[in-house]
Amino acid sequence: MSSQTSTVLSDAIIAEIDKYVAKYPAEQKQSAVMAALHVVQDASGGSLTTELMDAVADYLEMPAIAVYEVATFYSMYELKSVGKHKISICTNISCLLCGSDKIVNHLNDKLGIKFGQTSSDGQFTLKEVECLGACGGAPMFQIGKTYYENLTAEKVDQILDSLD
Amino acid sequence: MANEVCFRLNHLDKSWTLDVYQANGGYDVWKKILKEKTSPDEIIDELKISALRGRGGAGFPTGLKWSFMPRNTPGQKYIVCNSDEGEPGTFKDRDILRYNPHQLIEGMAIAGYTIGATQGYNYIRGEFYEPIERFQSAIEEARAAGLLGKNIMGSGIDFDLEFHAGGGAYVCGEETALIESIEGKKGQPRFKPPFPASFGLYGCPTTINNTETLASVPMILKKGGKWFLELGKPNNGGSKIFAVSGHVNKPGNYEVPMGTPFSALLEMAGGVRDGHKLKAVIPGGSSTPVLPGDVMMDATMDYDGISKAGSMLGAGSVIVIDDSTCMVKALARISYFYYEESCGQCTPCREGTGWLSRIVNRIENGQGRPEDLDLLCNVSRAIEGHTICALGEAAAAPVTSFVKQFREEFEYHIEHKKCMVGGAG
Repeated sequence: MSSQTSTVLSDAIIAEIDKYVAKYPAEQKQSAVMAALHVVQDASGGSLTTELMDAVADYLEMPAIAVYEVATFYSMYELKSVGKHKISICTNISCLLCGSDKIVNHLNDKLGIKFGQTSSDGQFTLKEVECLGACGGAPMFQIGKTYYENLTAEKVDQILDSLD
Repeated sequence: MANEVCFRLNHLDKSWTLDVYQANGGYDVWKKILKEKTSPDEIIDELKISALRGRGGAGFPTGLKWSFMPRNTPGQKYIVCNSDEGEPGTFKDRDILRYNPHQLIEGMAIAGYTIGATQGYNYIRGEFYEPIERFQSAIEEARAAGLLGKNIMGSGIDFDLEFHAGGGAYVCGEETALIESIEGKKGQPRFKPPFPASFGLYGCPTTINNTETLASVPMILKKGGKWFLELGKPNNGGSKIFAVSGHVNKPGNYEVPMGTPFSALLEMAGGVRDGHKLKAVIPGGSSTPVLPGDVMMDATMDYDGISKAGSMLGAGSVIVIDDSTCMVKALARISYFYYEESCGQCTPCREGTGWLSRIVNRIENGQGRPEDLDLLCNVSRAIEGHTICALGEAAAAPVTSFVKQFREEFEYHIEHKKCMVGGAG
């Protein structure tokens, strides 16, 4: 481990990453990169910086560019800062058929933000996502690790009010 | 005859725990194999009798796939489960992971034994935090009970498995993209051949099966291939989970025999939502051709039945569309999805999906041109057959089928700059 890794990634984060490294053959540390980026992103307010990605690259002994490729290819990684709560709303076909447009409009009005924007108080980021595999509960969105299904405008209000 | 296989425990309290699974015959098959050292050929023969076909969408016979593995050659081999459920309309594997994870683990262990793999990975889409948690707890329970690990129950057989969480990319459901992703790379599909059975994860022989496929294996071996086959019909063995979404009163997963009439499935799902008529059905997930409602009302839900009706069973993801829906708007959303998810590796797909999305979108927005329908078909043909993986075909099939089945709506949109019907909501 270089000095760069040790200053950017805390011991707790390294310990967490090591749990994932252990899942793969010893010579295949790169396999843990997706998990490592999830861990680092979660511990850093929900987004990644070049410094963090470089530290992951360093720790997993990968070229930095290979980490950037992963971070930019997969939609769950954020390269710009996000609000405290990221609302990932599905607008794909089953959700569309069940009225996701109305939920999006409601969120636009309620939070005063559009897709890709963060509310001025830093509380919410609204993100349009592709099918999240919960079409039986359409329309739906994900906030943090939780799926919220069968949404209505009233239900959305209750959910957002319940978040701290 | 519902809920006989993957969902057989779903009605029970805490169905996902080891206690409940074992109280209901769980791991009996695995223990018997460990004790008797059942010949792998015998297991494969039973699967062939069952006519189990891949539940992820391609429908490839599972027994045949397992027989491709060079199980007696030295070196590591892998069994990989594909739980990267991302095809719009599909939400069945999520419920297997949440409600019956041990049956999937038992299926993976049996598969590993049969193909000569001592290590398995389950690739679960990263957004599935709750299913991942359930699956990981089940692994830990099985390990603690001595059902996974080294020299399991003194048999001399080793098998263990781990989950690998995805990062949000539909293309990773393609098996070679999934392998790349486990290797810690962006998920771009590999050219085939070589097939994973000879060059898969870390260059080792690898078998990749869908969640539902693997979770079906323990019940097939417990009750016999013939039992499973007879749940369904010849060449379409077993039951199947149909994920019904869209304009129905009771959307959800229904595990019913292959060959169930679509009309019966629709009834189970509460029928078309109140006050509306059935207009169209996408029978197997957004990449399968759309069919008019009346054609579907005469079709049966199995590979051959849906193929005869003019589409594909896919992953059994039934999207029901009622008469209030603008088909142009519906297609615009589907086409945007494939544009968004194209990995960018093959030019016909990378460029073609963008063309398809933009053209359908301009028709939807009242800027369509008379020549656009021919252009859509031309672009579709330029993609089909010219890409490394099937995402290209998946993008083209909705476009060509929507235009073919609902051409007058597209023409009306182009001519009148507005919908024939209300909206898609």
